Amino acid sequence: MSIDLQQDFFALFGLPRAYRIDEAALESAYHELHARVHPDRHAHLPDADKRRAMQWATQVNEAFATLRKPLSRAQYLLTLAGVDAGLETNTAMSAEFLMEQMEWREGVEEAREAGDETALTHLHQRLRNHAREVFDGLAEQIDTRHDLAAAAETVRRLMFIEKLQHEIDDALEALES
Amino acid sequence: MALLQISEPGMSAEPHQHRLAAGIDLGTTNSLVATVRNGIAVCLPDETGRSSLPSVVRYLADGRVEVGHDAAAAHARDPRNTIISVKRFMGRGLKDVAHVESMPYDFADTDGMVRLRTVQGVKSPVEISAEILKVLGRRAEASLGGPLAGVVITVPAYFDDAQRQATKDAARLAGLDVLRLLNEPTAAAVAYGLDNASEGVYAVYDLGGGTFDLSILKLSRGVFEVMATNGDSALGGDDFDHRLFCWMLDKTRISPPSSEDARRLQRKAREAKELLTACEEAPIHVELGSGEVVDLVIGREEFASITEHLVRKTLAPMRKVLRDAGLSPEEVKGVVMVGGATRMPHIQRSVAEFFGQEPLNNLDPDKVVALGAALQANILAGNRRADDDWLLLDVIPLSLGLETMGGLVEKVIPRNSTLPIARAQEFTTYKDGQTAMAFHVVQGERELVSDCRSLARFELRGIPPMVAGAARIRVTFQVDADGLLSVSAREMSSGVEASVMVKPSYGLSDDEIAGMLRDGMTHAGEDMNARALREQQVEADRLIEAIEAALAEDAELLDAAERAAIDQSVAALRALRQGQDHRAIKQGMDALSRVTDAFAERRMDKSIRTALTGQKVDEIQV
Repeated sequence: MSIDLQQDFFALFGLPRAYRIDEAALESAYHELHARVHPDRHAHLPDADKRRAMQWATQVNEAFATLRKPLSRAQYLLTLAGVDAGLETNTAMSAEFLMEQMEWREGVEEAREAGDETALTHLHQRLRNHAREVFDGLAEQIDTRHDLAAAAETVRRLMFIEKLQHEIDDALEALES
Repeated sequence: MALLQISEPGMSAEPHQHRLAAGIDLGTTNSLVATVRNGIAVCLPDETGRSSLPSVVRYLADGRVEVGHDAAAAHARDPRNTIISVKRFMGRGLKDVAHVESMPYDFADTDGMVRLRTVQGVKSPVEISAEILKVLGRRAEASLGGPLAGVVITVPAYFDDAQRQATKDAARLAGLDVLRLLNEPTAAAVAYGLDNASEGVYAVYDLGGGTFDLSILKLSRGVFEVMATNGDSALGGDDFDHRLFCWMLDKTRISPPSSEDARRLQRKAREAKELLTACEEAPIHVELGSGEVVDLVIGREEFASITEHLVRKTLAPMRKVLRDAGLSPEEVKGVVMVGGATRMPHIQRSVAEFFGQEPLNNLDPDKVVALGAALQANILAGNRRADDDWLLLDVIPLSLGLETMGGLVEKVIPRNSTLPIARAQEFTTYKDGQTAMAFHVVQGERELVSDCRSLARFELRGIPPMVAGAARIRVTFQVDADGLLSVSAREMSSGVEASVMVKPSYGLSDDEIAGMLRDGMTHAGEDMNARALREQQVEADRLIEAIEAALAEDAELLDAAERAAIDQSVAALRALRQGQDHRAIKQGMDALSRVTDAFAERRMDKSIRTALTGQKVDEIQV
């Protein structure tokens, strides 16, 4: 039995394939894998070993980056289950969600144009709290009810929220410089 | 501190096989070399007992090159041929360098990296830096009593790909084997963390002679994990000197000084700045070549007020790095101060205000980077001991992207991604029968290509002719543990490997490096072939040694036929190694690598399985 580069990221870290994840176990498995594969452990070895170490360490980093963040973890679980959560292939979003989306966007746009740092920071905070609630729903949908279609819609919602958060960050950064 | 307790391939089984390694802090104003002796990192002094080597290189008409104190002493006398702060030119074009107008150099008019005309001809910053590295490498070899197996060279965390590549090229020219380019604040964190057995989130504020870095690291159970980094690779103590120099010109209303006088005034500015660390005011008295006399006094508060904009320039990166790490200032457990410029009282004050705590100054800010580099070099050379089991996880400081339609940047690898990292992107052709594609790689955070650093342009050739949009070209960006990018490409439907030709925007091409190496060899009277032979022999020994160690450990992973094939290849390489043909040795190594490929793969798998099993045992115990 060989562990190959193609195996799924949960197996790589010895974790069950689920949305709810033991973050401490993930981090410690990540560190222990790096203790084996990181290029620093192979720097005194011949070039072929160095190259292989780089490939392994790259894979371990990719796996960790994917599983560590709730949104990319959910997206990855959907991909493993053969569900495509991509926005471009599924435009059937609820009217409620579209309304909500517009309101947030208007709020951010206004604050940006006014150069209002306090309002932007406040929006960021509110959005973060909102995202937390939505994430709780995701755990229920994926792990408990196995309703992947519903999970896919939630993931799309979260992708929107994340994009908006990046826009707020960019606006704040632009104000500072 | 509880460290990871696992044996692994990098651990040296026999303590007497100590490999000589050194850490080099290649600084803007001063450079140092350090090594680990009896488990303790120490800076190596020159024959007169001085550790720090001024990063100053002077080219003399008789072909000699002076480096360090002698060169620094001559810098007012021979400004054109005496280069100071060459680090500011590494991987940079002329238009990127600040205050060019007040520099006494004769810049050559070239595209790409800055070049200087000296009495010994046109020199690139890479060659000039190589002179500094040569002196430090020789110092280490003399002190350690043998050839170096490798060095770790530190670079500012915020250095981009071109600046890193230039540093690595300089080491190559100096004949040093680079084990790793290590980020300066990370090196400092290692020295600090190991010294104080620290755990938790730390910030490293590193204001050197010409660069500013701010890194946030998480230290836990022997792992140093960089969470985010930010900075300004053109901001440092030099700028404070320059500001004071301008203030002096302004106060005295002297006419534009000659190069020699400018150097004199700049030196006085630096002395006054340093004096203000300990004293409330500093006198400035200079007699100029023109006969004019400068007689001034500057007070601490006035100095703080004329340089306030520079201090403020360090605040924006502080806010950004915390946002990227997802932290507020109170969540940072300690702020480690690095770099001579952090001695300035108003820097200390503003950092204390920002983080709401007194910064940590219990390490020598000039030496801590070199000491951290030495600790890392010792481990990377393979001198790991069981109680020495720590690991660094660093990040890429600036996003990498590609130019798309309309001069916009498509980000491929985001900043603060843990290294090494790879990302693939697919592209297609837009014309029927198109067989080539051009790409432009940039680095930076802005949306417009013109606001980012141009790293390289490359072309893909050999795409099989197809109708427009049918080809699927997968371009892979790989950034290694040194933070250096390499690019590969493949056409997915046909499997054709497209060739990638990278033209660095601000670097030296491989041909140029080879040319400089050749020139250096002729100069030193060395034979290229002899050198190549020696290099291949060392590499062959390294390979044989590694394979024998692996065979001793994991022979059971091989069947009899596989074992026989490996033994045969080892014997063949051993025979070639005794010969004089470096190309044959190289071929022997390639053959041996091929034969042992599957074995190496199995060993890595076994190692990973052991890691995971070990972890499950822990869980049961909890």
